Order: sequence, then structure tokens, then C-alpha cells
Amino acid sequence: MAVYKKTYRPYEGALTPSWSRFLVIPRYAFEDLQRSKFLTIAFYASFLPPLIFLLLIYVQHNASVFSFLGAQGANRLISIDAGFFLRVLGWQCILALFLAAFVGPSQISPDLANNGLALYLARPFSRVEYVLGKMSVLMILLSMMTWVPGLLVFAYQGYMEGWDWTSANLRFATGIFFGSWIWILILSLMALALSAWVKWKPAAGGLIFGFIFVATGFGAIINGVQRTNWGYLLNVRFLVGSIWLWLFEGSNNTTGGAPFFAVNQGEELPLAWSWITLSLLCLVCFYMLARKIRGMEVVR
Amino acid sequence: MDSVIELDGLEVRFGQRAILKNLRASLTGKAIGLLGPNGAGKSTLLNTLLGFHKPTAGTARILGRDIRTHAREVRSLIGYMPENDSFIAGMSGVHFVRLMAELAGLPREHALERAHEAFFYVGLGEVRYRPLGTYSLGMKQAAKLAQAIAHGPKLLFLDEPTNGLDPPARSRMIQLIQEIRDRGDLQLLLSSHLLRDVEECCDQVLILKDGNVAAFCNLEEERRANRRFLEIETRGGVNGSFLATVEKLGCETAPGVQGRIKLILPDGLEVRRLYEVAADQSVQIRRLSRKRDSLEDIFLKAMETADGRL
Repeated sequence: MAVYKKTYRPYEGALTPSWSRFLVIPRYAFEDLQRSKFLTIAFYASFLPPLIFLLLIYVQHNASVFSFLGAQGANRLISIDAGFFLRVLGWQCILALFLAAFVGPSQISPDLANNGLALYLARPFSRVEYVLGKMSVLMILLSMMTWVPGLLVFAYQGYMEGWDWTSANLRFATGIFFGSWIWILILSLMALALSAWVKWKPAAGGLIFGFIFVATGFGAIINGVQRTNWGYLLNVRFLVGSIWLWLFEGSNNTTGGAPFFAVNQGEELPLAWSWITLSLLCLVCFYMLARKIRGMEVVR
Repeated sequence: MDSVIELDGLEVRFGQRAILKNLRASLTGKAIGLLGPNGAGKSTLLNTLLGFHKPTAGTARILGRDIRTHAREVRSLIGYMPENDSFIAGMSGVHFVRLMAELAGLPREHALERAHEAFFYVGLGEVRYRPLGTYSLGMKQAAKLAQAIAHGPKLLFLDEPTNGLDPPARSRMIQLIQEIRDRGDLQLLLSSHLLRDVEECCDQVLILKDGNVAAFCNLEEERRANRRFLEIETRGGVNGSFLATVEKLGCETAPGVQGRIKLILPDGLEVRRLYEVAADQSVQIRRLSRKRDSLEDIFLKAMETADGRL
């Protein structure tokens, strides 16, 4: 029917499968994000470090570059080992934090500030689907910035070195993949939970940074005053970095961890505490979301 | 007639506070009004039917589906126009309605087509590409109505649809609601504290007070009954003879002072016949008024009940 025939008619066509409806949210969110020049530039700029790492691998395997640099006899310029891939991961994940702090709060805060949740949840659309839809925006975006380029760097190195190196170092690939996902999950949950709680985008973004960096400062103060290492439990980057180290190197640490996620040798906490603390953090975020993501807020 | 909404001992508590208390009613009208003073539980009832609040006891059925066990299915049948300013920030009007239609399950292209149609239907066709944030209050109300109907629901929940509208915008909104009602494609539940809105749009009314059903009436029947109840003022002739003749026609009569007579007409008897009888007997009917038991009377009577319980 033409739109100028100003009348109402019931809809009798086919419906989309209900499991797929949460995907409507990321589609609209990406259309919206594309309109922001700042975010688009920041997103593309985040691929600069992987390009530099790829270049380093290329140089490492190119004899003519060695001779150009006057280092014909040298075996290598840099070591491409666990430390190298931890650096790839560390840089990408810290950039992901900045992007999550800008993109995350714009997912839920405006809906809460404009009473939009009632409109979502008055449809055959659950709270879980809503959170999943909003989280998937961050998950897709942060995946593109972390494990996707990380695995590309690994694949390129494997291509250059051959199958023997690749099969011997598969642990790096799994470390990049699972290590990224741990960070993505924590960042996404924190960004959504804090923005649901604060409702004001700039404040929510600030809180994410605050939680990551200010809590680290508190942890350092506790460590300094109490002469202990347990203050690191407040340092999310330390906890994530500990798990990354385990994923990359097992229990024999040879490096100080990834940049921005450093774990100084001799200051490690039992690994189980990292898992427990991060799990608790996720549970708190789930609780905050469960309290705030409702069709109607009840004032008792 | 099948129930549109059936309340079966529905009770909702927030903490220790009972907001809805053992509501029982079977609403069958095409357009059902939900009336009550502020805090009576109207919005809580709507929100409970939408699944936003869990019933503490009892249940409700919408078009035969239980809200406890078939919440998702129930919501797929409903279009909801909330009371408060509700929209998704940073979107144009048509983009917003399209998103809402897609979330209700419409495929992309259908959602876009229906979003445009809905916008034209509510009279916002020319501003559909403008950001929602720039809309006036009246336009926002209309946009909320557009998102509520875009996916073709079977039942429309309208929560205070004329809130904050100026008289022309209110009149347009009421006209739209009446149009939707008269088309017969979907049924309405209109919650309002404005008696006039309900009276103009609804054929059945549920009045709530303090979380109880204070009154439940069929406005259509009331209107029909009211049409049979007359008060006339007569002059001249012999009243006794006129009364006797009128009673022979099947009317119930109650004579008053100064030639006033209250009458209840039997079905099938037209008012014209009274004038004919009066003319035959040289009686003048100086005034004839239909004694209406208006919605306001019904509402006030309901409010007089101590705790609002029927």
C-alpha cells in the first residue's frame, strides 16, 4: 500500500526468527557509530600497531633489509617470541579500552535517560536479548581490534617461519584468542553496567577509566602501606595480565607480561585469585545490569 | 463474547506494599478505558500485563494467553504507547519506528515500509526524517503512537495518550484513537485520568481505586439505558389522563411537581409517540431532557466507596 493512503492496516506477513532479533541492535548501533568521525578514525588508527608488528616480522625475514641496515651477519633484529605477541596483545587491548570507554556508555545510557527500555521490552524481546544485543556491539568492535589483528600477526609469522614454528607455538595463538576474549568480556560488562548505573555518558566513560586506573592506584597504596602484594587484587590489568602470562607461558614466566598489563616477576599472586576476582567482577556487573535493565523502574 | 483481558485474582506487591489487590474482571470491549485517580494502580496494571512486573498472586490472560506462562507471546500481540517521554536518542522519527518494528519481528523492508505508513497515519509524514529530539510534545506523542501500531498489534495499550497536549493536538489524538477503534482491526486499552478521553473513546470502563476494582461498567449499555430515561415538563391538559395513556404505552412513570414527569421508555417506543399523545390530549411538552448517568457520575460514585472495593 502506498504511504500516502493514510490508513492503518494490520500486518500479516512473515516474522523474523525470534533468536535473531537481538542482532537488530548491533546493526543499528554500527550505523550510528559510523556517523561519528572521531570513532571511525580512532577505530582505523587502532590498526597501526598491528601494521608495525607485521612490518617488524617482514623485516625480520627479509635479508635485503638486513643488508640495507648493514647487519648482514645478524640472525635477527628482534625476538619473535611470547614477549612479542604479548606486546601485540597489550597494545591492542589498551586501545580497546579507550574505544570501549567511548562506545560502551553510548549503548545503554541514552536508552535509560530517555526511558527507551520500556519500548524495547514491551516487544517480544527479553532483557537478556537486550543486553546481549548491546554487548555484541562491543564484542564485535573489540574483537576487530584485538584477537583478529593479533591472529593475523601470528598467521603472518607462521607463514614466514613455516609449519614447524606454527605448530610449536600454537599456544601464542590460543593465548591471543582467549586472552583477548577475557579482556573483551570484562570491558563490555563493565562498560554496560557502569553506563546503566550512571545513565550519563561522559560520567560512565570516566568511571570506566577510573575503575581501571584509579583502582590500580589504590591497590598500589595498599601494597605500599601493608607491604603486601594483595593490593593487586584491585588492579584489573594486573589480574588479566597474570592470566595472559599463564596462557602464553604456562607456569614458567620468562617475561614481565604485556605492556600496560605488566606482572613483575616475584610479585605474582596465586593465579586462582585472578580468576576468582575477575569472575566476581563479572558477577557484580551482571547484578548491576539485572537491577537496572527493566521495563519499568520500581520506586519502593 | 471472548475476553480481551481477563484479570484472575491479580495481585502485585512492591515489597510490603500491595499495589494491585486481587483484581477480578473480564474485559470484553473493543475499547476499554482504565480510569482512576493518580496512584490507583492503572500504570502498574498496564506494566504487569506487559510483563514488567511479576504478579505476586493470581494471573491475567490477554486474548486467551496467560501473562505468567506466555509473556513473550502476549507482548507480540500488544502495541504499547507509554505515558512518559520515551524514545531512542539520536534517531530520526522513521528510523526509530523502523527499529521498533524490527524488534517486534518484522523483516527489514516491511519494517521500513510500515514505519513510513505509520508516520503518515499519525500525521507526521512531513517530519519523519527529523531527529526525534527536535519534536514538540504533540509530535512525540504521535510518534509514540506510530511505534505502537507499526508492527500491527492485536491490542493497543495507550497510557495517558493526551498527556500534555494542547486542545487541537488532543482533539487530533482522540480522533486517531477513535479511527483505530472504529476500523475494528485492533482492540484498545486506554488508561487515563481524564474522564472525557475515556468517554469519547471507550465502550467499557474499569475504574480502579487504591489497587481495587472500584467499578466496572459497559458504557455502551449505560448509554443505551440512558437513552430510555427521560424527564419532561408539561403544561395544560389533564395530567392524570396523559399519565394513564403514557403508561398504557408501556412507560414507567413518576410524576413530580409543576407538571414534571420522569419516564422510562420501553424498547421500541420512540419519543415522537409521546409528542403525539400529548398533542391528542392538548398537553404541551415544554422541556424534554435525557437524564444521563454520565461517566462522571459513575466515577464519583465509585470514588465514594470506602476502600474502592466493589
